[in-house]
Amino acid sequence: MAQYVILIYENESDYATLSPEGYSQVMDAHNRFAEEVVARGGKIAGGNALKGTETATSIRGDVVTDGPFVETKEALGGFYLIEADDLDQAIKIAGMVPAQFGGVEVRPVAVFPEG
Amino acid sequence: MTTADDINRALADAHRHEWAKVLAATVRVAGDLDLAQECAQDAYLSALETWGRDGIPRNPGAWLTTAARRKALDTHRRAAALRARLPLLIESGDTSHPRGYGNGSPSPETQLTEMDEIPDDRLRLVFTCCHPALAREAQVALTLRLVCGLTTEQIAHAFLVSESTMAARVTRAKKKISAARIPYRVPDAHELPERLDAVLTAVHLVFTTGHTAPTGDALVRPDLVDRAIELCRVLAVLMPDEREVRGLLALMLITDARRATRVDDAGQLVLLEDQDRSRWDRPAIEQGRAMVLDALRGGRPGRFVIQAAIAALHAEAPTFADTNWGLAVELYDLLLTVWPSPVVALNRVVAVGFRSGPEAGLVALDELEEEAGRTLSVYHYLPATRADFLRRLGRDEASAASYRQALALVENDAERAFLERRLAALLKS
Repeated sequence: MAQYVILIYENESDYATLSPEGYSQVMDAHNRFAEEVVARGGKIAGGNALKGTETATSIRGDVVTDGPFVETKEALGGFYLIEADDLDQAIKIAGMVPAQFGGVEVRPVAVFPEG
Repeated sequence: MTTADDINRALADAHRHEWAKVLAATVRVAGDLDLAQECAQDAYLSALETWGRDGIPRNPGAWLTTAARRKALDTHRRAAALRARLPLLIESGDTSHPRGYGNGSPSPETQLTEMDEIPDDRLRLVFTCCHPALAREAQVALTLRLVCGLTTEQIAHAFLVSESTMAARVTRAKKKISAARIPYRVPDAHELPERLDAVLTAVHLVFTTGHTAPTGDALVRPDLVDRAIELCRVLAVLMPDEREVRGLLALMLITDARRATRVDDAGQLVLLEDQDRSRWDRPAIEQGRAMVLDALRGGRPGRFVIQAAIAALHAEAPTFADTNWGLAVELYDLLLTVWPSPVVALNRVVAVGFRSGPEAGLVALDELEEEAGRTLSVYHYLPATRADFLRRLGRDEASAASYRQALALVENDAERAFLERRLAALLKS
């Protein structure tokens, strides 16, 4: 097994205009996703939704600026840490992540040798 | 008496035909593409010496595979103490990882006793090289490097990039396979069609790169063409039920059957219309045609089978004028349903122009330009097609303008020379 992080990139403005019903549908979709992963023998080791990029603060050296590190239309809005046999399984799980206003990126977690 | 020439010939032959098998079978033992490649190369080197001393073995491929796998095992044994620190794709004895490189191999020791039964892992190798998580150009480079055994220098030359660029491309792809754990396996049945399409697309790209070298002074790079056809033959043997594999093989055979007539003695491009059909390779066309007919049976044909059918249609027409253009348009319509690409739509327009005349062709071309003009805007065949319709209608000035547009976009020298000749002929008249 190896660990992968699934980064969720979505258009924030779509969320800004989403109705309360729409929000609860997204939440339901994420709950269903978690159940589905377990049902398929995968494992979610962690994950979080992030607050919007308007709350982000970036620091480079000793310069502190308002806003995300990179301004993009589709911004990082959350992530999952999963365990999978290989990239194929990770891609399958990532494909199930609800991301109707964007998409996701899968990255293997780096493992450093002990000692 | 075995001479040095015999050895070299046998080795060259074994490299051409057995390299993929040797490497693919070694990957499972090595657990790592780089190590497997090194061991396979070592095996070919030691063959030079051993065969010179003991003679050429009856089955050179098996000899090489056994030697390469043994080298991989030895390396692992020597490195046993360091194993934890090596970036291996499988951990030793990791049987809980049934989909990875250790598939079906409980331990290296068991593998050694099974050496007589060499698995044919070439499909695993091909599917790994053409994994959709790798960029298309990396898939092609890896396939040529690992499956076809071409050197990085040869691949760089074929694609007209520097050797260091190509080496970096191959290294990056191999690193991703290892770091992201792209599995060494043949995809399950339900994902096979999509994954196979990626493999066939890569093979076809090797072929088309060889068939119409995208830039440079020669139209054909025969080695790439031959490698693509050879590889596809292997795939057809390993996946006999996949009609798209046979479709691609037929397409390449029929297309390549025209190789000798596509350029004249001066190296200038000769259009399908003007090619000497008596010099086409009839046995290759027949072989391809039989394959198409066979592949057309049994359900909805895929894009390679349909393209092969179109190629067969052209190949069997006694003259260009006698081509069944009505059927060609129908086949392009069918192709558009499974592969809605603007380039296919442009080819359909050309067929319409021959079926119903250049006027009708221009109408169809206008419609296409409205729909997909942006996608095709850098594609020189679009203005070249318009120029040809206008030329046939006698609208010389408009035609010349379109030829100039095409010339601004074309990259291959032989094609450029052709367009220039057409333009010059127009200006003369």
